[in-house]
Amino acid sequence: MAFRAKTVLTVLVLLAAVGAAFAAPAIKVGIVNLPPEESGYRQANVEDMNNVFSKANGYDAKQTNTGDNSEQIAAAQGYIRDGVDYLLISAANASGWDNVLQSAKKAGVTVFLFDRLIDTDAANYRAALVSDMAAEGENAVNWLLKQKLASYNVILIRGQLGSAAELGRSGALLKARDAGKLKIVADGTGGDSWSLEEARKVVEAAITAGKDFNVIYAENDGMAQGAVQALDAAGISHGKGGKVKIIGFDFNRFALRNVQAGYWDCDVQCSPRQAAEIATWIKAGKKAPTGKVFQKEIIADTATITDKLIAEKGINADPGKGVITK
Amino acid sequence: MARMRSRGFQVFLPLSVLAILILINLIKGADYFSISIINGALYGNIPNILFGASELVILSIGMTLVTSSSGGQDISVGVAGAITSSVFVRLLLSSGGITWAAILAAFLASCAVGIAIGAFNGALVAVFKVQPMVATLILFTAGRSVAFLIDGRLSPILANDLTSQVGSVIPGVPIQTPIILTAVFIALFAVLLRTTNLKLYSQCVGINQKAARLNGINPVRIKFLTYMILGVCSAVAGFIAVTKAGRHDSVNLLKYVEMDAILAVAIGGNPLGGGTFSIAGSIIGAYTIEVLNRTLLRLEVDTETIKAFKAAFIIILMVIASPVVRQFAARGSRWMRDRLGGSAQAGQR
Repeated sequence: MAFRAKTVLTVLVLLAAVGAAFAAPAIKVGIVNLPPEESGYRQANVEDMNNVFSKANGYDAKQTNTGDNSEQIAAAQGYIRDGVDYLLISAANASGWDNVLQSAKKAGVTVFLFDRLIDTDAANYRAALVSDMAAEGENAVNWLLKQKLASYNVILIRGQLGSAAELGRSGALLKARDAGKLKIVADGTGGDSWSLEEARKVVEAAITAGKDFNVIYAENDGMAQGAVQALDAAGISHGKGGKVKIIGFDFNRFALRNVQAGYWDCDVQCSPRQAAEIATWIKAGKKAPTGKVFQKEIIADTATITDKLIAEKGINADPGKGVITK
Repeated sequence: MARMRSRGFQVFLPLSVLAILILINLIKGADYFSISIINGALYGNIPNILFGASELVILSIGMTLVTSSSGGQDISVGVAGAITSSVFVRLLLSSGGITWAAILAAFLASCAVGIAIGAFNGALVAVFKVQPMVATLILFTAGRSVAFLIDGRLSPILANDLTSQVGSVIPGVPIQTPIILTAVFIALFAVLLRTTNLKLYSQCVGINQKAARLNGINPVRIKFLTYMILGVCSAVAGFIAVTKAGRHDSVNLLKYVEMDAILAVAIGGNPLGGGTFSIAGSIIGAYTIEVLNRTLLRLEVDTETIKAFKAAFIIILMVIASPVVRQFAARGSRWMRDRLGGSAQAGQR
């Protein structure tokens, strides 16, 4: 068995060598990423990296997926030893990366960070492409204020307290409240797991306490879903033409289908697809940007949503056109 | 007599806590118990509590049994529910048409998976004598990846009328379905405990394995059995959770529920080191946790401090329920009884 495996391996290596000799030299990329089972976001992110940095596109890319920071660092060191041209990192933990980044620099490897920043000197990497959570919040709040409601009585459902997404998304709403543009009548959280059920309880508490509200600002789609379940059970109308406006985040396809059906009102993108932009940086060579770069992100409401947008920009499974996920 | 009284005390504690919480809620607003009918179903605080606690109640029942027989807790119940429900969703979506029969079949299959998971944990605990928490840590860490693999792609959607009715209301029935399912489950479990020696055997094994063996009870078999029963509980909880959510989120479904389930057992006055137990206590404990969560929301405790409040409340509760305070209370009540001229014999226990 061992002998056969060895032969197969030798043949494969030979084939690869022959292939490499004929094809243009591929760009060697090492990707250090989190595991796809972490979230729907990560699943889409990992797939996107694989699709863009493919053999067909002229890359020789390898990806390591682990949620363990030390394993990530070991993988990065391995890629540097292998002599990659580019190292792309989405770090599990923001600290502990200084040595690796410096050795990458010494070896002449260009480092791009994606999705997650690292606590280190900006000179240790070339550029970082991240989501601007505050801008996502502003997108949502701007959309809301454009609806010209007579009054804005908002139920805020936060995500994991202190997380970047929660701080950014809450920040925009709190700023609008401080400016007197809207009122927050209930302020709750779905907890560390951004829990659908906790969100539902927050809204149920507001309903049974007799609070008057007309907006639900839930910081991810699952919590928006839980909030809407509470409204349905209490017989409160929502969505297009309804009493309560529903805002969710993350562009899950089920959420976008709910917006399309007028069951919800608006969903805000948090794109997991950074690979294409990083590919343009690689092509740009010396002209690639430096420092922190924010992704451009959009919103979808009942008026602007299209099937194409759901297919291209959504994440997770698509329930299909006209199917409402209650 | 003595047995009756000690059991009475065990349930008395969680009940009194529940009563205090309800009192706080009533002070906050007298309409706490008000129930209305919305869209043909009962609506109000009480139905909300019963609805919200259903998974926790079912898990705490199984957890009580496992705690009794093995003197330890299963921390993989939430993950087990995520796995069994992923099997449920996978089977249902690939079954062609979604009918009541298909739902029942997929549910039964997920129960079988739950039993298999219970057998795995049970084998580690009963046969290989691994500490329950360590044994179930394996699944706790690896289980969500398993559920993810079964899902194939993340969060398959279950959007259809029938499962949505299981997770909310069946038209024409005035009570939300998860509440009914929980009630049925509790009833079936009560029948199981009444008609079999499971309770007695499990307590024997939990109190003294050697004595149990000398009396012809096989501790390995009893422990194994209780873990398999807990597996069924996980499957039922997973079924309710996934039909409520309408999609399978392997990452977040039933996350952290194991801690609340263990807490429910503790609040129910059950010794976490095994032995005697009261399922009623655990059920009340589970509802107490749910009421506590909702009370904090109702009192509009600051979002940032809500966890600290919950923790403080639970610490106070656990101290009151601790054997030291209990003994003190028992001594106090005996002293009172003696003073009042009650029978000294009855007071000996």
